[in-house]
Parts: sequence; C-alpha cells; structure tokens
Amino acid sequence: MAVRTAAARNVAAPAAAAKRPSRGLPSLKTAVIAAAAYVVAVIFVLPYLEMLITAVRPSRELYDRDYLPHHFAWSNLTNMWGSAFGILSSLRVSIEIAGGATVLVLLVALPAAYYTSRRRFRGRAAFLLLVLATQILQPTALIVGIYKEFLSFGLLNINPVWSLILVNAGFNLAFTVWILNAYIGSIPVELEEAAMVDGNSRLGALFRVTLPLAMPGVVTALIFTFISAWNEFIAALTLTTSTSDYPLTVRLDSFIGQYTVDWQHLFGASVVATIPVFILFALIEGRVVGGLTAGSIK
Amino acid sequence: MSDTATAEVPAARPAETAGPRPRSGLRRRLAALEPVAWLGPAVALIAVVVIWPIASMIQTSFQNITPLGINIGSAGLSNFSQVLRNPNLPGILVRTVIWVATVVAITMLLSLGLAQLYNQRFPGRRFARWAIIAPWAASVMMTALIFRWMLQPDSGVLYVFLHQLGVVRTFNASQPDWLGEPDVAMVCMIGVAVFVSLPFTSYVLLAGLQAIPGELYEAARVDGASRWYAYRRITLPLLRPAFAVAAVINLMNVFNSFPIIWEMTRGGPGYETSTSTVFMYDLKGTFVGQAAAMSIINFTLVVVIVLVFLRLNRWNRQEAH
Repeated sequence: MAVRTAAARNVAAPAAAAKRPSRGLPSLKTAVIAAAAYVVAVIFVLPYLEMLITAVRPSRELYDRDYLPHHFAWSNLTNMWGSAFGILSSLRVSIEIAGGATVLVLLVALPAAYYTSRRRFRGRAAFLLLVLATQILQPTALIVGIYKEFLSFGLLNINPVWSLILVNAGFNLAFTVWILNAYIGSIPVELEEAAMVDGNSRLGALFRVTLPLAMPGVVTALIFTFISAWNEFIAALTLTTSTSDYPLTVRLDSFIGQYTVDWQHLFGASVVATIPVFILFALIEGRVVGGLTAGSIK
Repeated sequence: MSDTATAEVPAARPAETAGPRPRSGLRRRLAALEPVAWLGPAVALIAVVVIWPIASMIQTSFQNITPLGINIGSAGLSNFSQVLRNPNLPGILVRTVIWVATVVAITMLLSLGLAQLYNQRFPGRRFARWAIIAPWAASVMMTALIFRWMLQPDSGVLYVFLHQLGVVRTFNASQPDWLGEPDVAMVCMIGVAVFVSLPFTSYVLLAGLQAIPGELYEAARVDGASRWYAYRRITLPLLRPAFAVAAVINLMNVFNSFPIIWEMTRGGPGYETSTSTVFMYDLKGTFVGQAAAMSIINFTLVVVIVLVFLRLNRWNRQEAH
C-alpha cells in the first residue's frame, strides 16, 4: 500500500491532467478549484494563527473583542521561559520521551520488519496479527491496565519518562513495522545477495545495502513516532505525578486548572510545540497513510 | 508472550537461506532460534505495553480497590454491576453513540469532497495540502485548547465573528457560555473532532482516488457518460475499500477520543458531556476496579460498533450489485 501510494502520487490526477490546457492562463475551472482549495486551506490554518496571535497579545488586551491586538507583546515569547511556568523543563521532558521512544521503536522494529519481509517462517502470520492488534488497541483503551502495571513495577516512583518511552514505542511499533516492511519488501533480495557474495555478512548487507535504500521509510517512521510521542496526552497525564516530570501536553493541561489561566503563555508554549511538528509532518505527508492503513489491507 | 514465540520455534525452518545449510543438530537448533533473535525485542515490547496491561486490566476489574488504592480482596462481578447500575450510564452511552456516529458520518462526507478537491490539479496544490495537514500534525489537546479559547464567552473570536454576522446580537454579561451548556458544548466538540479527523480521512480517500486508473474515466467519456454518472459508477465503487478502511479507523479513534472533551468541558457539568471513554477516565480517579470494568465494557462496545459498520458496508455492497 505504501509503495503503491508513493507511486500513485507521481501520476497525480490523471482525469484532470487530460483536460489541462497546454499553455496560457489557467482556465476558469482551475481558478475556481484553486480558490476553493485555498479557502479550505486557510480555514484549516486559522485556529493555529489564532494560537500565535493570542501568544503575543498583551495581557491587558487578552479579553478584547477584536481579531488582532493593538500592540504585539513579543516579550511574551521570552517571558514564558521563566521557571514559574515550567515550560522549559517540560520541553526537555517532551524531547526525552519522544526521542527515547523514537530510538527504541527503530531498534525493535527494524529487525522484525526485515525478518518478516525477507523470510517465510512458522509464526510469521501470528506475529503480524499481534502487531496489528497493537495498532487497533490504543493507549486510551488500555489506560487503566497501563496505570496498574507501571504502579506495580514501581516505575511511577522512579522516573515516568522511562515508562512513557516504553508506552509510546509500543503503540507506534505497528506503524513502523508496516512502513519498513513495505520499503524493505520493495528492495530486490539480489542486491543483498550480491553484497554477501562480495564478502559482507548478512548484517553487513542489511546496513550497507538495504537500510540506505529503505531510508525514506526509516525517516517516515522516525518522524511519525516522534510526533505522536510528542503529542501523546492520556498516558502522560496518567503516569506523571510530580510537576517536574510533566511533558508539555500535561503542563499545558495543568495551566487550565489554575485560578487565572495564563492564556498567552499557554499558547506561546503551544506555538513552540506545534511549529516544528508542522515542518516535520510536511516532510513525510505523502507517505504516512500507507503505514496507517497497511495493517487493515494486508 | 515470549513463551508462545519460543514454543513455535522448533518447527520453524530457514526457508530461503542464502548461505550453506546447517548440517549438525546443534547448528540446526541454533538456526531454528533465528526468528526469536529477530522478532524477540518486538514481541517483548508488545508484551510489556499491550499484553500485560490487558491482563492487569482484566484482573483489576474483579478486584475491590478502595479510592486510596488499597486492594481489599476480590470483588466478584460487583465492579461491573455497579458501573451498569450507575444512573449516569444510560445518558453516557446514548451520547457516546451520537458522538461516534455524527463525528464519523460528517467526517466521511466532508472528506469525500475534500479528497475530490485536492485531487484536482491547480497551482499551489502542494502548499494547500500542507495547510490541511495542520490539525493532523498538531497535538489534539492543544487544538482543543485553542477552540476552547476561541469559544471564551464574551471575547472569543468565534463570538466576535458570529456577532459581525449578526448571529450573536449583543455582548453582555448574560451572553451564555456555550461550553457550559451541555447540548451546545457537544455540538462544538463534535465540530472540533471533525476538524481534527478530516486530514487523515481525506488523505486515505485521496490515496484511494489516485489508485483509480485514469483510463476508466477516459473510456467513460468516450462512451458519452456524464461526470456525475462516472462518479457514481466508477469513483464511488472503486473508492469503497479506502472508504471502509478510513471509516473503521475513524470509528475506533473517535470512540477512544479523550483530549477534546477533557480540555473543553472535562465531561461536565456532571457527566452531561462525557462519553464512555471520558467516564472511564473519571472513574479511574476514585474506583480503579470500576474503571477497569468500564474499559472492558468500552472495548466490547467498540467491537460491536465496528462489526455493525462492517455488516452495513457488506449489506450495502450486495445491494449495489
């Protein structure tokens, strides 16, 4: 599916392509379509623009009934790093969790994806079914069990960052396995065999030949895991107890409960958390669907 | 779980080994252990993060645990019976079905249009596509927070906008807080849930559209078929697999959706804007045993909803033929 999607993107819109005028101004139809698409695009971005605008609203103008404030308080974006808000320490925790989960999922999924893609063995179907099951079950559905498990491990008292790395890696395993499986499957075995004839070991062939060719898949899996661990909320809310362990999502949630909500700082932190994620996601946008739907198609 | 994997190993044989076949018994046995080495870490991770929590959840659902977390023995089925007897449950279940059905139905319909629109060729398509993935990339809880802020009574930009349109007549202290009124709050949250579900759904349908061979439309045009006829007879039937996949994934996601309701109303006032997922999370704070029981009920509910959908889908397909 992933590969087919990737291929299909290059042959975009055959129906429209056939009717496209060869030269000159775009036709009226194209103009109408483009206008409609731009309007939709603006609607999708507007809430995040409001996020940015609120982040730089002066606190006096926070509740003004207008779209734009009279003054832009850019200083909000520097003040919010003060230790009173804990945004900086939460940013660090979020990076640790997302980074750790990304590394762990790659270490665990790569051998599994490689082996299931290259070999037929007893238990292969059972393994893939197990992976599919992890994709269907979500942290939310299992949250009580996850909470009880890590409570009994005592991990809650040690460092919730480790438990959150495990949870996020586990729930992104399926996506990573599907994506890597599809990419490795599309690379001819003969290339590896040739490398092994040249004196490489199986592992050597994997790292020198297969992995570089599967790089788009690897990058997609890494970015996707990083983003979903970065955005994960319910497990983090459940497994963190002390404020020093809060990742950004939980930190922002804790802002809401306070008597006066520092909306401008809340959204300042949201902007900081959101912009890198937009850019990363834009890089893999065309390849994500394959990993999310592969399980249900196979 | 790793036990199961080991048990299957002796029968496994290296099928397409490139190197020389192992000859001695010991080497063959080592080779038979090969899948364990490659798949073991993944199986171990799944065991820790999925299998164990399932077991722990089932166990907890039969335990009597006090709000302070002390296990005072077996509860039998009383966690289940107490949850099922909870006077709030009927309302919550009805709301959950409405929530899932309306969010998924609206998302699927709008996504059909969006996918069709973004499948056309126009200058700047790339940037327009980047724009619509914004709610997909961003954290759902942060998206929910910005909508909560935009619905702030008396000053939120959505009120300001509706005031300009003339829908909201006056700004004054009596201006109702929409998120404080259960019915209006549900409508707002359904809107946010649709908003964050649209990008993924549109992308799945877009991939489905692009997999349809262009020659089919060419042939239909040659035969003099109208656009609408081609859409009904070519696009819709061929899009059905992608449509079903997107719908099933959405059904599960929307059922399990937590951050939107949590950030916008916390499920309140009372339980009047809670779905069964939010209700389950709320129970976790006091009666873990009941929360575990509710999780199991929820799981059954998701399975039923998905099966009903698949049955309807199959029934529809047979009807069409």
